[in-house]
Amino acid sequence: MDPLTNEDVADILALLDSLPYDEFDLETPRFRLSLRRTPGGWTQSTEVHAAPGGAAVGRAAPGGPALGVKGPLPPSIGGDGTFTPVGGDRSGAGEADEADAARGEADAARGEADAAGGEAGGVEGDGGSGDAGLVVVRAPLPGTFYRAPRPGAAPFAEVGSRVGADTVIGIVETMKLMNSVPAGVAGVVAEFCVTNAELVAQGAALLRIRTEE
Amino acid sequence: MILRRVLIANRGEIAVRVIRTCRRLGIETVLAVSGADADAVPARMADTTIAIGSYLDVDAVVAAAVAARADAIHPGYGFLSENPRLARACETAGVVFIGPSAEVLEAAGDKLAARAHAVAAGLPVLPGGLVSAGAGGADGADGAGVEEAQAVAGRIGYPVLVKAAGGGGGRGLRVVRDPADLAGAVEVGSAEARAAFGDGRVYLERYVAAGRHVEVQLLGDGENVIHLGDRDCSVQRRYQKLIEEAPAPRLGETLRVGMRAAAVAFGQHLKYQGLGTVEFLVDAGRSEFWFLEVNARIQVEHPVTEAVTGLDLVAEQIAVAEGRRLRLSQASVRLDGHAIECRINAEDPAAGFRPSPGRVTSAVFPAGPGVRVDTHIQAGSAVPPQYDSLLAKLVVSGASRAEALDRLRGALARCEIGGVATTVPVHAALAADGEFAAGGVSTEFLARWLGRQTRPVRDKNG
Repeated sequence: MDPLTNEDVADILALLDSLPYDEFDLETPRFRLSLRRTPGGWTQSTEVHAAPGGAAVGRAAPGGPALGVKGPLPPSIGGDGTFTPVGGDRSGAGEADEADAARGEADAARGEADAAGGEAGGVEGDGGSGDAGLVVVRAPLPGTFYRAPRPGAAPFAEVGSRVGADTVIGIVETMKLMNSVPAGVAGVVAEFCVTNAELVAQGAALLRIRTEE
Repeated sequence: MILRRVLIANRGEIAVRVIRTCRRLGIETVLAVSGADADAVPARMADTTIAIGSYLDVDAVVAAAVAARADAIHPGYGFLSENPRLARACETAGVVFIGPSAEVLEAAGDKLAARAHAVAAGLPVLPGGLVSAGAGGADGADGAGVEEAQAVAGRIGYPVLVKAAGGGGGRGLRVVRDPADLAGAVEVGSAEARAAFGDGRVYLERYVAAGRHVEVQLLGDGENVIHLGDRDCSVQRRYQKLIEEAPAPRLGETLRVGMRAAAVAFGQHLKYQGLGTVEFLVDAGRSEFWFLEVNARIQVEHPVTEAVTGLDLVAEQIAVAEGRRLRLSQASVRLDGHAIECRINAEDPAAGFRPSPGRVTSAVFPAGPGVRVDTHIQAGSAVPPQYDSLLAKLVVSGASRAEALDRLRGALARCEIGGVATTVPVHAALAADGEFAAGGVSTEFLARWLGRQTRPVRDKNG
């Protein structure tokens, strides 16, 4: 259901302007509208409530889509429904996804530290493995990781590929922008931590590179 | 036919926008939603929702419309809005496509075809050519594609602009000054074009550094075509529009009249049906303009036209889709005052406009006379990384550009969006800039302006 239109809000404001009130709150079962008078003029904030008592969203079944009433997603929905941005709460994810999410958040914390220090994808020694020669390349942004410049093309790098610091090892697509991810360090690709077209959190480990002394 | 139930195959603020008009017209709304959008504001506003895996899946969208017994599909902008396959699939399924015919979409969507039509309609065009390499078909075609791109670029002359052949909106655009960079630009541009439109073909065109981007809004019923005035969209960062206004400031009457007439001639040539925009590159100093492309859909910046015409463009789209003749004559379209739109994006201007997906913790917008906000976010909204970064459009209007600008400054000061970084501080700084206030800047303005900011433009909210 609709909250009020811009014209409705304008009418209410015209009325309020002639009255000694600085706040106006309208709450209905469907939405809440808050108007506030500030020194610079009026502000508005709206909250459209979720449909009450919704059961299941209509969803595409194998035999074709079915229409349903509105509500939270069933836990099994796949595709782009399984990803929640860093810090977001996550409802209905499977166990494996939760583990991924926890790892993703830990990764993200490191990723933010990386981002504060440098521009593109984070690179760091793999402290956990105790292997000083292994360096992790992390996602500079949350998004979809691609190993090749386009579907069907050869990957930027394979396990065993020799890379330089500026060698592009993949792309992270975030909000429709393609962000090239450079290796950041010279060495040989030891392993990929994510698969092609996987959604990754900011700072998620993408691959490990064995550096050479 | 009268449309009683419409499936909206889109998300974000445009989904909210279409729902609003449908509700006003008494049309039931069914919103197609991806998993990430199932609890977003548009899903909460629509009468019903139906899950689809992707907004780019033609079969899923049409199947959803059929399953929902919708009379029509409104595609919004982006995604499948200019995809002739969707228009044809609608026809086959007996669903009305709210947009131009598949033939017009084919003519408009393919840069080469659109240019040929523009030439046929008597419009001036820039030199350019299509590169099949971007189609990204079989492996091994890459070498030939690069050679082809180099041949086309050599003929046009550097610098060249690499554009997505299959869609507008600035996606996949890149300037190439050095022939050595061409192959890489074609590849990445092609990947972006595929992500945005599902069509990876790219097109090369001569790059004009200091032009203005001015466009004319068209409305046609297949026979009659009228214009609804012009818009200036020259404030762009990497070909993404940031601020739009109507009418285009300081254009000069001869140029303005010439462009509007050219756009209408183009629309008449195509027997245009529905809402569309003809984009021009303008050299205001020399009073010259060139056809760039036609966008066969409603555009992000349509509210500035609504503000100066008093029309509801979605309602006009629906009327045409219902098979009605235009309800407006050119003489009945009155343009009054001035309107400015700021795109508030989830991007961090202090970090090179890095996308800033996440969760919105607070969303307070200005309200009052001459202020309109089109948005799909509220406190608690997720901003998923899979989709573009537009959070809200702040539209201000006034009797004059000066009055609109004044309102804009006050309105921006009252925007408080928490949880994600936004472009609000950039808009606030631009609204205070003398060069922007003077009006008529060209497309290189924003990059130059950003370059001369001594401090990064920071969000007061963090």
